Amino acid sequence: MSGAGEPVLEARGVTMRFGGLTALGGFDLALRPGELVGLIGPNGAGKTTAFNALTGVYAPSEGEVRVCGQRANGLRPHRICALGVARTFQNVRLFKELTAFDNVRIACHAGSRSGFTSAWLLTPTHDAEERRIAERADAFLAVMELSHRRDELARNLPYGEQRRLEIARALATGPRVLCLDEPAAGMNASEKVALLELIRTVRDRFSLAILVIEHDMRLVLGVSERVLVLDHGVTIAHGRPEEVRRDPKVIEAYLGDGKLKLRPPRAGGGAG
Amino acid sequence: MGRARLVLRSVAPFLLSLPVLWLLQRASPPDVSIVLVSIAVNVILAVSLNVVNGFTGQFSIGHAAFMAVGAYTAALLTTGLADVQLLGLGEGASDGVIFLLALVAGMASASLAGLAVGIPSLRLRGDYLAIVTLGFGEIIRVVIENTRALGQATGISGLPAHTNVIWAGMGVVATVVMARRLLLSTQGRALLAIREDEVAAEAMGVDTVGWKVRAFVISAAFAGLAGALLVHKIQLVTPRMFTFVKSMEVVVMVVLGGMGSITGSIVAATVLTVALEWLRGLDQYRMVIFSMLLIVLMLTRPTGIFGTREIWEAVPRWLRRRGGAA
Repeated sequence: MSGAGEPVLEARGVTMRFGGLTALGGFDLALRPGELVGLIGPNGAGKTTAFNALTGVYAPSEGEVRVCGQRANGLRPHRICALGVARTFQNVRLFKELTAFDNVRIACHAGSRSGFTSAWLLTPTHDAEERRIAERADAFLAVMELSHRRDELARNLPYGEQRRLEIARALATGPRVLCLDEPAAGMNASEKVALLELIRTVRDRFSLAILVIEHDMRLVLGVSERVLVLDHGVTIAHGRPEEVRRDPKVIEAYLGDGKLKLRPPRAGGGAG
Repeated sequence: MGRARLVLRSVAPFLLSLPVLWLLQRASPPDVSIVLVSIAVNVILAVSLNVVNGFTGQFSIGHAAFMAVGAYTAALLTTGLADVQLLGLGEGASDGVIFLLALVAGMASASLAGLAVGIPSLRLRGDYLAIVTLGFGEIIRVVIENTRALGQATGISGLPAHTNVIWAGMGVVATVVMARRLLLSTQGRALLAIREDEVAAEAMGVDTVGWKVRAFVISAAFAGLAGALLVHKIQLVTPRMFTFVKSMEVVVMVVLGGMGSITGSIVAATVLTVALEWLRGLDQYRMVIFSMLLIVLMLTRPTGIFGTREIWEAVPRWLRRRGGAA
């Protein structure tokens, strides 16, 4: 069912060096439409570095990033966004003093054809554009179940809703690939399960490829079709969740002595 | 029919304000007229600086330099063409057209200066813009003081007195319309996104460098307009009018009114201009008074008098509340 077709996001041997430190070495990834891939690893393993290299925050020191077959190395983030890669941030980065609606409307701006002049003259093109943007923003707020918060300032939303607003904003850029940096951080177990259900729905509805960083092993192993495990910047395992879970290298790097028992997540299950 | 309505909507603010300005012009004696023009000039300066400092969240402190570029360009044109009468136009109409051309030229040259300053300094994040604009302000002044064609330190005198309340008022309307329509459009929201979080804005597809430069260029153009209007009222342009003190005056207006509030900039510019006119004898203490005002404001109301609120948002809300209570 999933993983069909050409990869929408491809990384080949992506390496990030900061001075003498190799934060990420030889990172390979091929993400196909409809896939949900988990990226896990202990703290400081290079997960967010990988995200930043893929989305243009950093230009990779070596290797190649391709989005829908197009080379994307060294492009600025807004260009990579235009190619179809959207992301969220580990520490929520909303436009705090703007309303939820405006947050999503800004993400709809990228495809806008109208310029300053039409805004000043209030041309019909400008009106049509503003209407299109408003409808689109409302639609994505509805998808992430945030319509009731439309006119509230982003900073006044509860934490979980801020996380959802960030996803709504990322979706509004019209991506083929969605990169979620710890979308469930700070949520309780039942919120996490609900969020992952929502993410799956979104993926199926917009046929997205999703790359998700997550700390909660049970959660990520439960929902991902494939999992990549990073440790010290190196990919130490890659495969189906049940294989990765049994991989001795993963158990050693991530779980320590291997005595920890992993169970699949249950809906509304208690904290592990 | 539909087309005419659209054109009407886009120029409505100008048409509506024209009769008001005409009456004001008729009713005000020369000493009032000069105060009205200086209020208008400061409103244009404050609102245009707000586009960079308030909407986009960058910090420019060289607005007077762009004012100087616009003022000198327009002054050279109007003095150079003083004896020219355009074919087929009466004397008044010909002067009006030449002045309009001079204003447009002033805006164009100021925006080119804005482009030259903005492109290198806005690629960087942080305080670089403040440093570069500060330096640019001094450079422009020193260059003028040493250029014979620009009259060096004595400047250019005997400019035609083209600016009146109508011209200055139209300048204000143009500036406010520009800022307001910008703020309510997707382009303006891109600027607000840069102010809120540059990294996130970039990740959401906003070309942050491009939009910062555009905002800066627009802001510079309107500073040029303000300069051109001012010097054709007082009929004199000298480099001493465009010092760092003038730039800071505009920054204070924006900060006092509230960064990001057009209403705030208009109110603060008006109040400060009148206050300065009133305290003319205390001229040398101006900076002391400004500093104290800023300190008091920072202590009592750090977001400025209006924060980011606007009068056109507050009035409907107030009416709704009243309606709800009744």
